[in-house]
Amino acid sequence: MQDQFRDRYSRHVLLKGFGAVAQEKLLAAKVLVIGAGGLGCPALQYLTAAGVGVIGIVDDDTVSLSNLQRQVIYKASDVGQKKASIAAARMLELNPGITIVPYLLRVDTTNALKLFSEYDVIVDGTDNFATRYLINDACVILNKPLVFAAVFQYEGQLAIFNVADANGIKVNYRDLFESPPAAEDAPDCNEAGVLGVLPGTLGVMQATEVIKLITGIGKPLLNKLLIYQSLEAESYTVQLTPGKNTSESIPQTPEAFQNTNYEWFCNAGRKLVDELDPEAFEELVELEHVRVIDVREFGEYPKAYFDHEQIPLSVILREVPVFEESKILVFCQSGKRSIQAAALIKEKLKAHQEVYSLKGGILNL
Amino acid sequence: MPFGQIADVTGTNPFALTAVDTDEIRHILASKYPELESTRYAIAVDKVIVKENTALNPGAVVALLPPFSGG
Repeated sequence: MQDQFRDRYSRHVLLKGFGAVAQEKLLAAKVLVIGAGGLGCPALQYLTAAGVGVIGIVDDDTVSLSNLQRQVIYKASDVGQKKASIAAARMLELNPGITIVPYLLRVDTTNALKLFSEYDVIVDGTDNFATRYLINDACVILNKPLVFAAVFQYEGQLAIFNVADANGIKVNYRDLFESPPAAEDAPDCNEAGVLGVLPGTLGVMQATEVIKLITGIGKPLLNKLLIYQSLEAESYTVQLTPGKNTSESIPQTPEAFQNTNYEWFCNAGRKLVDELDPEAFEELVELEHVRVIDVREFGEYPKAYFDHEQIPLSVILREVPVFEESKILVFCQSGKRSIQAAALIKEKLKAHQEVYSLKGGILNL
Repeated sequence: MPFGQIADVTGTNPFALTAVDTDEIRHILASKYPELESTRYAIAVDKVIVKENTALNPGAVVALLPPFSGG
């Protein structure tokens, strides 16, 4: 190890059970971090500081002001800039001795297998089910270690997939959740909010598991799911086992993978409902004989500025109301719950009636 | 023990139910909380994820684990 490395990584080299041998393994490793957001930012910082030799950063998104509450590597002056470029520049400032590769793209079925095959470990820091299932399936096909984390409000989930334990047993995300939920049942951070520090905690835990996998120290979180509850300051760990039907639900070949439409797979049912873009919605809202319904739960903000009534989705699920108006408009926060509500209402409509869901929800107006 | 979106519906505190197996747990929850009828979640019995209907011993701890997508 070069002298400058010996100094930079001296606290690792000195560390009992780690030493120069483990540090050399990190310097020789290649890790791909997908999503430079709430989870990806802290994971990137510690993997960079630790001296992982090559780090790929995949993100096609730009920095927005609402990201700064938790995506701590970005500055106010970065708003509007590409996340992967900014993140790569910041990481090189932190550690110029390693290689950082930004990918300003979205992983999809055409690029995932080739991209993943160039790395030793994949880190999932994405924010939607379509990409999470796509990443999982690509990692299964390639037999690639996947360090998974996901957050909801005050809780986080952490796991390692596709790494066999001492008995040769390994699991993947579909052994936990074989198929995705309806999008409206699993709101994302945009809709449900998230405690800013929570993805920070989980992202750092992902980095910890990556370092354990690469260096062979400790007991990586194999065949387990850890749930971290920030409000209780507690964690709960459950054992995972391979599901009987899991392997059948995963594309068996690279060709089958490339022909899978993950967006559709995660949004089945969406096609049954007509969605309105904000302009069309705002035109219709002003008309008479149009019923406008907020299907959010009571007390959710922002309030709508136009005339409407509130019938929460939870009420509609119990009993679908019958309407007389020819047009019914439903909206919610981000346009997910309103699709479910519209689908239910649609079943009860007479021939001359139509129901529409506001695409992107009230946040899109 | 409810987690995530399930706890949004049931409240966050652990609660006791009388049920012989995990299917009955799902059934009881769906009739008590209609919102959960269409909600997908995994079940862990005494800290082991179970995929099929599983008999419950007295005092079994059942965790209700919905998927999270946020990042």
